[in-house]
Amino acid sequence: MSELWTQPAIDTSAIDGLTDAETIKRVRIPASISYNYIPGLAPTRFLRGLAEKKILGERCQTTGDVYVPPRGVSPIDGLPTVEQVELPHKGTVASFCVVHIGFGVNAPPTPFCSALVLLDGAAVSVYGPVQEVPYDQVRIGMRVEPVWADDDALTTSFENIKWWRPIDEPDVDAESLKGHM
Amino acid sequence: MGEPSGPGDGLLSAPLVIEYPFNRTTGPVIGAFLTGLRDGIVTGITGEDGRIICPPVEYDPTSGAPLTTMVPVGSEGEIVSWSWVGAVRDGQILDHPHALALVRLDGADTAMLHVVDAPSADAVRTGARVRIRWAEERSGSITDIAAFELIGADA
Repeated sequence: MSELWTQPAIDTSAIDGLTDAETIKRVRIPASISYNYIPGLAPTRFLRGLAEKKILGERCQTTGDVYVPPRGVSPIDGLPTVEQVELPHKGTVASFCVVHIGFGVNAPPTPFCSALVLLDGAAVSVYGPVQEVPYDQVRIGMRVEPVWADDDALTTSFENIKWWRPIDEPDVDAESLKGHM
Repeated sequence: MGEPSGPGDGLLSAPLVIEYPFNRTTGPVIGAFLTGLRDGIVTGITGEDGRIICPPVEYDPTSGAPLTTMVPVGSEGEIVSWSWVGAVRDGQILDHPHALALVRLDGADTAMLHVVDAPSADAVRTGARVRIRWAEERSGSITDIAAFELIGADA
């Protein structure tokens, strides 16, 4: 191993019994912060919907745009989003990247494609991996659908959608996806 | 996510842990200090003015000169200052109320911060004598010192 540091050599001759073998050179010092995460009213409604395989967005009163996941307030007019909208299980790849360095406990083996999927009728995209297609064949405009966890494994979690996979429909024009990432 | 355990009616909540897995190089001085702890020896370092600094530092606190001469110090010492931890948070090295203290070990001129496993705040005072209780399994970490314990009548 190459030298880990350049500093003056130390003199430990005054210390009896200090073993020469395996001096400590590295230490693991994890720093962790534990939260109790409370998602709030609108995301709670969304997560409860996911437990029933429903993707529930909420509509802005002013523009009519549907936000998913909903935060309970429109970012445009600052007013509550009072109308709940059940979105279809179809969407379009609005953007994507290929992940080469694995991370996280639930991430697929690398390389894999992580995409922003614009659900039909939604104004903003949701994140998810795209599988069941080679990662280098994913493209903007590709039509996809969610692959759900087994019914007995459904929880109030976005991980109910295991990944997205292509469906046999014509691509959507990339121009129409602008502003929806 | 779990069913509600926090505020609000019907709100979901879930534990969320964010952890940074730092892997630090110790350098020669701290490395020797930690190696000593693993071997059951506490070490200090000799400052330019001859003072023994424990825990050791890499550079003289006054002049900034590199320091290299490490020496052993005692495994007993005295409390220089302390405060009582009555409500123990998760992740502390003792799971019951204890003192956090600055302990100046015999032979050292400076103090180290560590826990004193005392029965109550009434038992702790500045100047009280303490000794190291070593951990049963030591790995080269400050927690190789499991705690300090009060010596004699002070306990």
